[in-house]
Amino acid sequence: MSELEFRVAIRDALAEELERDPTVLFFGEDVAVAGGVFKATPDLFERFGPDRVFDTPISELALAGAAYGAAVTGMRPVFEVMFGDFMALAMDSLVNQAAKFWYISNEQGTVPLVVRSAVGAGGRFGAIHSQTHGTWFQGVPGLKIAFPSSPAEAKGLLKASIRDDNPVVFLEHKRLYSVKGPAPTPEQEVIPLGQAGIARQGSDLTIVSVGKGVPDALAAAETLAGDGISAEVVDLRTLRPLDVHTVLGSVARTNRIVAVEEGPRTGGWAAGLLGAVAEEGLHDLDDAWILATAETPIPYSPTLEDAFLPQTEAIVDSVRSRLGVAAPS
Amino acid sequence: MARLQAPGQQDTAGAYLDGYARMLLIRQFESAMHRLFLRGEVHGTTHLYAGQEAVAVGVCMALNPDDYVAGTYRGHGHALAKGTEPEPLIAEMLGRATGVCGGRAGSMNVIDLAHGLIGCYGIVGGSIAAALGASVSAKRQGRVAVCFFGDGATNQGYFHECMNMAAVQRLPLVFACENNLYAEFTPMADATAGADIAARAAAYGTPSAVVDGNDLWAVHSAAQTAVDRARSGDGPTLLECKTYRHYGHSKGDPAPYRTKEEVEQWFERDPLKLARARLLKDGLGEEQVAAAEQTTTALIDQAIENALAAPYPDPAIDAATEFSP
Repeated sequence: MSELEFRVAIRDALAEELERDPTVLFFGEDVAVAGGVFKATPDLFERFGPDRVFDTPISELALAGAAYGAAVTGMRPVFEVMFGDFMALAMDSLVNQAAKFWYISNEQGTVPLVVRSAVGAGGRFGAIHSQTHGTWFQGVPGLKIAFPSSPAEAKGLLKASIRDDNPVVFLEHKRLYSVKGPAPTPEQEVIPLGQAGIARQGSDLTIVSVGKGVPDALAAAETLAGDGISAEVVDLRTLRPLDVHTVLGSVARTNRIVAVEEGPRTGGWAAGLLGAVAEEGLHDLDDAWILATAETPIPYSPTLEDAFLPQTEAIVDSVRSRLGVAAPS
Repeated sequence: MARLQAPGQQDTAGAYLDGYARMLLIRQFESAMHRLFLRGEVHGTTHLYAGQEAVAVGVCMALNPDDYVAGTYRGHGHALAKGTEPEPLIAEMLGRATGVCGGRAGSMNVIDLAHGLIGCYGIVGGSIAAALGASVSAKRQGRVAVCFFGDGATNQGYFHECMNMAAVQRLPLVFACENNLYAEFTPMADATAGADIAARAAAYGTPSAVVDGNDLWAVHSAAQTAVDRARSGDGPTLLECKTYRHYGHSKGDPAPYRTKEEVEQWFERDPLKLARARLLKDGLGEEQVAAAEQTTTALIDQAIENALAAPYPDPAIDAATEFSP
């Protein structure tokens, strides 16, 4: 099976959709000539030219407006907001314009735009280049939020996002860009938004996460298997729509759930998900908890940042502790 | 009812008579909104365009039907000038199912894509961002986009970021600033540095003009130059149209911050009065003008009657979906 690097998966998805649909545009800060600061978009400018792929000023307000206005007038724009943290500057056009348009126009038109951003901590980028902004947008009806966990998903979800007629906030975890994984199967070429996946089957416990949390959960499940704990891993893939149904199906098999979120639990997706699981699946639950970050900004120092993040070791420790299983000596 | 004229017919007296009739339509529409608000038929709040009619109509006279416009929360005039029919617009204000947005949008947020109105925006400066994006499409479609915004919006990041990007990319975008001298309740001098907003364009290498926003002919002429520039690939233009609103900022504002003298001075230069006098001076007969006025009045009266008789949307059968399929 051929291997695909996450950043190449992003580039391939963009290239294939630019090729497929002449209304697709791609723009952002240093994405065209330079190929992106994370080297996710090289060669697109050379291949498709400045009319389709172009650099912009460092003006997130203008970028988001440009994408929204272009989307309601016949284009299918994809734009990059370099770091997810910068999305704070782009919120008006996304939240007050793009997300509302389909509904308040009485369905006169659609807003087929995608905003891609690098998100997540672990790279020592500090508090304002490490956040994951998905939950800032999760309470906004009309927006979809996609967050791939692997190269194959990056390609399949991005292609689906570009073809979607609704505005999509697309999150790319920085620590995944250099990850290599199996190339998409034919079924994974376009992955429908709003459908979670079972990344690993198990019977004792459901670990649910998204983005980089999924490979962390898979690594934790491998370790836990050595303890005799059979963990199922659910990959949400999108935060809105949130596929509660798949999570409920998993909990019906395992009766325990831990939601692993790289972000504070207050206002996070994990709390909302467990609320929905409790509401509809209480009869299946023996235990449910959340592993999230502290309620502080993300620290810089390697020792502080590593301790802050709910990564593989923290997941293993949390599950052992909750299930009363001692670590092997 | 007067229709927006096709290009090439715009300098005829007939085109300006149509423009005048459309200004009158906006004035009568806003008078009706004022009355219907006081009767409890228009809900929430509303921002009336009366006094500024020459700006929207003069600019839209320079546009093709398929060009794009983004309006403000003071947007009834923008919609009517671009071609939105009065009856569905009134019905929208009344929250009725026959509204141009089915009653989902209301006064501040009207969208009418069939007439190129991509939206009206309730947040100051939002229209600039939306029109910037429309100009990205327009450049590829041989069209032009216009954003209307007030003097207050020129202190938002949107104004500066979008003008910079439009200038760099030579986008076909016309910035139509309606300088009505007050940012909500605050006089321009207390909120906006520099004497003329038009001067701000120089920093972006963008041409600009200060325009008598109460003179239909002056606005149309300046807009035509800007639209022609945009359409020929020469990029954006800023028009600072000096004008005055006849009402307060919104329905909750009796505008105590304006002096009686100032108000009287501006009402003397009511754009409708000026336009009517100019039409007669240019050789149209009193009967012709009066006939256009009667047609407009009859149209708006009928539209109000029909809209008031229309049903409210029924929540039980509202088939709203969060997402487009």
